[in-house]
Amino acid sequence: MIEVKNLHKSFGDVQVLKGIDATFEKGKTNLIIGQSGAGKTVFLKSLIGLHQPEKGIIYFDRRNSLDFSKKDMQQWRQEIGMVFQGSALFDSQTVEENLMFPLQMFTNFSREEMLEKVNTSLSRVNLKNSNKKLPVELSGGMQKRVAIARAIVMNPKYLFCDEPNSGLDPETAIIIDNLIQEITTEYNITTVINTHDMNSVMEIGEKIVFLKEGLKAWEGTKEDVFKTDNEAVTDFVYSSELFKKVRKMYIEGKH
Amino acid sequence: MNYIEHVGKYFLMLGRVFNAPVRTKVFYQTILKEIEDLGLKSLGIVLFISLFIGGVIALQTAINLENPFIPDYLIGFATKRSIILEFAPTFCSIILAGKVGSYITSSIGTMRVTEQIDALEVMGINSLNHLVLPKIIATVIFYPFLITLGMFVGILGGWLAGTLSSQFKALEYIQGVQLDFMPFLLFYSTVKTLLFAFLIATIPSYHGYYVKGGSIAVGRASTQAVVWTTIVIVLCNYLLTQLILT
Repeated sequence: MIEVKNLHKSFGDVQVLKGIDATFEKGKTNLIIGQSGAGKTVFLKSLIGLHQPEKGIIYFDRRNSLDFSKKDMQQWRQEIGMVFQGSALFDSQTVEENLMFPLQMFTNFSREEMLEKVNTSLSRVNLKNSNKKLPVELSGGMQKRVAIARAIVMNPKYLFCDEPNSGLDPETAIIIDNLIQEITTEYNITTVINTHDMNSVMEIGEKIVFLKEGLKAWEGTKEDVFKTDNEAVTDFVYSSELFKKVRKMYIEGKH
Repeated sequence: MNYIEHVGKYFLMLGRVFNAPVRTKVFYQTILKEIEDLGLKSLGIVLFISLFIGGVIALQTAINLENPFIPDYLIGFATKRSIILEFAPTFCSIILAGKVGSYITSSIGTMRVTEQIDALEVMGINSLNHLVLPKIIATVIFYPFLITLGMFVGILGGWLAGTLSSQFKALEYIQGVQLDFMPFLLFYSTVKTLLFAFLIATIPSYHGYYVKGGSIAVGRASTQAVVWTTIVIVLCNYLLTQLILT
């Protein structure tokens, strides 16, 4: 479980995070949603230690990551898997080398053991016979799957995903969303996904945190999204005609 | 950002670069790969330019030495001195600053804008140490060898040019090359090469690592890296000459 208390982050005079409190539960897909510029990416990068917040506490299973020693930080980093928006695969390395890299750096496995781990991870994301391909030879959806496989190859406790289905067609996006949800349940990890894709919210939003102007404006589940009267959330979620119709049908179905 | 701030940030970057690597085996493999990318792949251009510039230096010297009291072997002597003192270490380093410097900036810069550097940091890897230190070691190890080879080929180029154009006699040229050999000048040249190799690896890395934006920013950073590496090489060349030779 990840607990965030009163998190502040500024860049110069611009205060991006203005005191966020949030809890992300283990074994669930936790979503951070909000409009562009709401502070989602800064929040996510603060959680994974790429940004240093000025104020606040981030508990990873009761350990405050902002107080970690260098050694603790090194250990904690190996408990984290991250799927970046653009996949962030090392483009000079093959798929196999990309997955093997963290194993080579942080484990004492033999090459055979590492290969076994790599192949297990690739099978888990339904990607076979791609070991020797370079990232550039893969489609966007396949690159995302490799990124997920690389994120889980070290058996992380926490999985973070930044816009995991951006740039993907709706069908592939749903496959990726479902894959992340399956992995979350199967590995019993705490997954935090940063998204503004409403399909993802409705598909896998077990816990949703809505950010607005650097503050948490609302939280709930995907079912709660239909019921809420919070204007900021409804304006964001029902900005498209399709979701307005979905909500209308949901409300009519209830009554 | 002002220049002093850049200089400070550059030295802070070096502070993070010089750390023990996480895995020595992976580190050695990376160094070998960098030697191939930054050194071996520059061999052709260095040898090509050395050959022809050596030829031009010899021909220019021969054409301008019209006084019958000046012996022809001085052409070989002047060519050798020019190549060892200035052409091979400085001129070749400037060529390498363009070729290798732009490669380093664009490769690290692309890693930055595509979040590959963030991916390394999230894994718990000191990205500067992982990306820059192998480049420094590769260039510092390999460039003295490369530049020395450039010296030989440059002198050979002078000999070939004179022989083919009949501007001077080959034997006199060789006599000039052998005349007054001073090992100290090779030391001076090697010191320059080592410093320039370090600059060629670090200044472009700095520009690539701290790039912000997209592909245009990476392109701009590459240009800045080449310009600044060249400027610093030229300044250091003057300072080292003042310090060592005068």
